[in-house]
Amino acid sequence: MIWVDTVVQGVLLGGLYALFAAGLSLVFGIMRLVNLAHGDMIVAAAFLILLLVQGLGLNPFLAALLAAPAMFAFGWLLQRFILNRVLGKDILPPLLVTFGLSVALQNGMLEAFSADSRRIPIGPLESASVSLGGITVGVMPLLTFGSAVAVIVVLNQIFYRTALGRAFRATSDDPVTASLMGINPRGIFAMATGLAMVVVTIAALYLGMRSNFDPSIGPARLIYAFEAVIIGGLGSLWGTLAGGIIIGVAQTLGAAINPEWQILAGHIAFLVVLVIRPRGLFPRALD
Amino acid sequence: MLLQTHGLTASYGQFKALFGIDLAVAKGECLAIIGANGAGKTTLLRSITGVLRNAPGMVMHRGEAIGDLPADRVMQRGIAMVPEGRKLFPSLSVEENLLIGGQVRGGSGPWGLEAIYDLFPILRERRRSPGTALSGGQQQMVAIGRALMSNPDLLLCDEISLGLAPVVIRDIYAALPRIRASGMAVVIVEQDIARALSVADRVVCMMEGRITLEGTPAQLNRAQIHAAYFGEAA
Amino acid sequence: MEKGQRMKIVTRTRAGTITGLMVVVLVLAGLALPAVAPRSLIQDLFFILTMLSLAQVWNLLAGYGGLVSVGQQAFVGIGAYAMFAMVILFGWDPVPAVLVGGVAAVILAVPTAFFAFRLQGAYFAIGTWVIAEVTRLLVAQWKALGGGTGTSLPREATSDIMGVELIRTLFDVREAAARDILAYWLALILTVCIIGGIYWLLKNRLGLALAAVRDNTEAARSVGIDTTRLKWAVFLIAAFATGLIGALIYVQTARISPDAAFSLTDWTAYVIFIVVIGGIGTLEGPIIGVIVFFVLQSALSDYGAWYLLTLGLLAIAVMLFAPKGLWGLIAARTGLRLFPVQRRLVGHDINGGK
Ligand SMILES: Nc1ncnc2c1ncn2[C@@H]1O[C@H](COP(=O)(O)OP(=O)(O)OP(=O)(O)O)[C@@H](O)[C@H]1O
Ligand SMILES: [Mg+2]
Repeated sequence: MIWVDTVVQGVLLGGLYALFAAGLSLVFGIMRLVNLAHGDMIVAAAFLILLLVQGLGLNPFLAALLAAPAMFAFGWLLQRFILNRVLGKDILPPLLVTFGLSVALQNGMLEAFSADSRRIPIGPLESASVSLGGITVGVMPLLTFGSAVAVIVVLNQIFYRTALGRAFRATSDDPVTASLMGINPRGIFAMATGLAMVVVTIAALYLGMRSNFDPSIGPARLIYAFEAVIIGGLGSLWGTLAGGIIIGVAQTLGAAINPEWQILAGHIAFLVVLVIRPRGLFPRALD
Repeated sequence: MLLQTHGLTASYGQFKALFGIDLAVAKGECLAIIGANGAGKTTLLRSITGVLRNAPGMVMHRGEAIGDLPADRVMQRGIAMVPEGRKLFPSLSVEENLLIGGQVRGGSGPWGLEAIYDLFPILRERRRSPGTALSGGQQQMVAIGRALMSNPDLLLCDEISLGLAPVVIRDIYAALPRIRASGMAVVIVEQDIARALSVADRVVCMMEGRITLEGTPAQLNRAQIHAAYFGEAA
Repeated sequence: MEKGQRMKIVTRTRAGTITGLMVVVLVLAGLALPAVAPRSLIQDLFFILTMLSLAQVWNLLAGYGGLVSVGQQAFVGIGAYAMFAMVILFGWDPVPAVLVGGVAAVILAVPTAFFAFRLQGAYFAIGTWVIAEVTRLLVAQWKALGGGTGTSLPREATSDIMGVELIRTLFDVREAAARDILAYWLALILTVCIIGGIYWLLKNRLGLALAAVRDNTEAARSVGIDTTRLKWAVFLIAAFATGLIGALIYVQTARISPDAAFSLTDWTAYVIFIVVIGGIGTLEGPIIGVIVFFVLQSALSDYGAWYLLTLGLLAIAVMLFAPKGLWGLIAARTGLRLFPVQRRLVGHDINGGK
């Protein structure tokens, strides 16, 4: 029973990682852009939510609702004016620009908010739990997992059911031909990054409510997110969820054996999956 | 004139591919561009559609300079392209491939999903398949339909018969009169000289980045075309 | 036209010769410097030299080899820890133990390459990073070397490092200062060897092969260049050099911990900034970059986070407005080339390895 419990906790943890990773997966899938500042953007969004909660006394969920459009605008502008200029065949320039952005964001936040650990207050919800067939699970982890699934369902709906999603997929396939359809690939990329920042806001909400955060934790979150995306396979959102779950379960199992092995076990699981399937679990047929 | 180019040049890095092309397409006209491999036909269409950018005045559309517009803006003005190699979107189904053609510009005009399905009935049956799962000829139909969806006033077709069996080519060309009947001008790039002469109002022959011959099919004789095409006396 | 081209080659060669002479003078002056320089300057120079070496190696990997690794801290850390292990567990002198650091890095590089070379482009970058993290976490389990909190070199080991006695009598300094001087000398020699070695490699067959691969992998393969072996060679050479540098850095600091020795920021982020700001894909770039880096650090050191904020923004600005870095700007203005590696044509793009 203890093992079942461990696995369940791991799956729920995987939901959090999938949430961290979904925005990354979206951007990665559409424009092959590796955003090394993704983790720091999650932390920045968490600070934004915290400011709204503390400054206006808002409920965290309401604060996230307010933060989302701001983050969308940030992502849109970032893509439009900076990242679009370095996208191309060569992967190095975007990698370096987002790396610079990561360091700049981290240190900007350090100046603005100090190195102190923060948390978004949520009251009694934090420790609430429910019993599911003999296993006790926290309400927050359950909510996180549910949100991850919801985010992926919504993103998939956008992707496969709307004109915008059609333009996303077409541009991802072939930006030049997409432009012959009257689509401006740069505009599409900006929309995609904006959308990814909305997902980042949701990830930030749960990051901030579930654990302490400070300006330096972005890269550690980023590495789990990347692992989830790569394990899942380029551009597959359900794959990203599966990847997150694999990392999460490996971590809780590792921790059950020896607390010092938690992080290590996650990384090892990542390496093992990639040795067996270098293109991830659910790679798209093309690429 | 619907479309005009003035001294249009293009190059890939150091390599010059077009040397001052002067071309004019009238409303509703069908113009065929012929020329050997590497003559610069595709490059000419790319320059017109904005995939390759130019000085503004080099390309005029309805009297406005569009040479420096990006491809998406050119398309929005009503110049649609059926690209060489069809270039369907692999992630999109047949129907989605068609829809995306009319997504940004479409609206008022005879061409919509139903009209395309009437033109190429086989596509209606295959509308849920991924675009790239179709045969070459069917893919070409999708590519043409996709371009028509925007109800352009100028349709550019790059080698629509390339790599297709003769019967299939005949089916595709059978659609041309119906397309022209809706009033749009059509430019076809074609390596098959006989076919080009039979469908076009006017023929332009290119060689090594230059126009070497121009005229109506009635005006041109075989020897002239041969000389313009291969660069030697017949 | 022909004349102009010949002129260009002549100036290049002359610049190259001048560089060669200047290097000899600089190295001799550098070796003699401790006689007159205060200890703090020696320490600063040690820092500059080691960062420069790391930058040159990363430049070889990413700028010339197209292998964008963000996991070089793995080799710094493993080199340093191997050196510590030889000293603490086997009682070696730290200086020869530095060599073991290089070897250890190569040993780690083999499985790393086996794994990471299965990944393309951006995946490769992330893969190397994960491996560096795994190595850090594993080393943190090594209780004999202090586990997660780390350890120091024992006093017996640091007091009788070979050559330190000699330096003490030569310059009449205390033991700690003598150790700094020794480390500085080694860093100077190592830097010269690394830059000279990379220059030599690029001028010879490796350079030709790398240029071919960078420009077109398919074409390179068709003329018989084994791209996989080439990548392996570059990766292992880079790992060996990085391991040596890492071990040397920790001979000087004499105190180690997994978080410091495997720091992404210190050993990879800074290094990437140095290369990018200076100019990627040139030997001159990292030299300019390290100077800018050091000046910025000295000038902004009192402002804490502002320093890194500036560095990050500067790197973005350089990538956007001068993708060939500061050296690229200088070279474009003046046509100057200090290290004429003819095969690297001016105006060529840097292409990511695939
Ligand atoms: N992307 C490119 N980069 C460099 N050169 C190119 C490129 N595309 C075409 N060219 C060159 O430009 C010239 C004209 O090519 P273009 O494709 O326009 O010819 P074409 O008449 O369409 O030939 P085809 O009948 O083979 O389609 C050719 O010499 C070709 O090699
Ligand atoms: Mg062509």
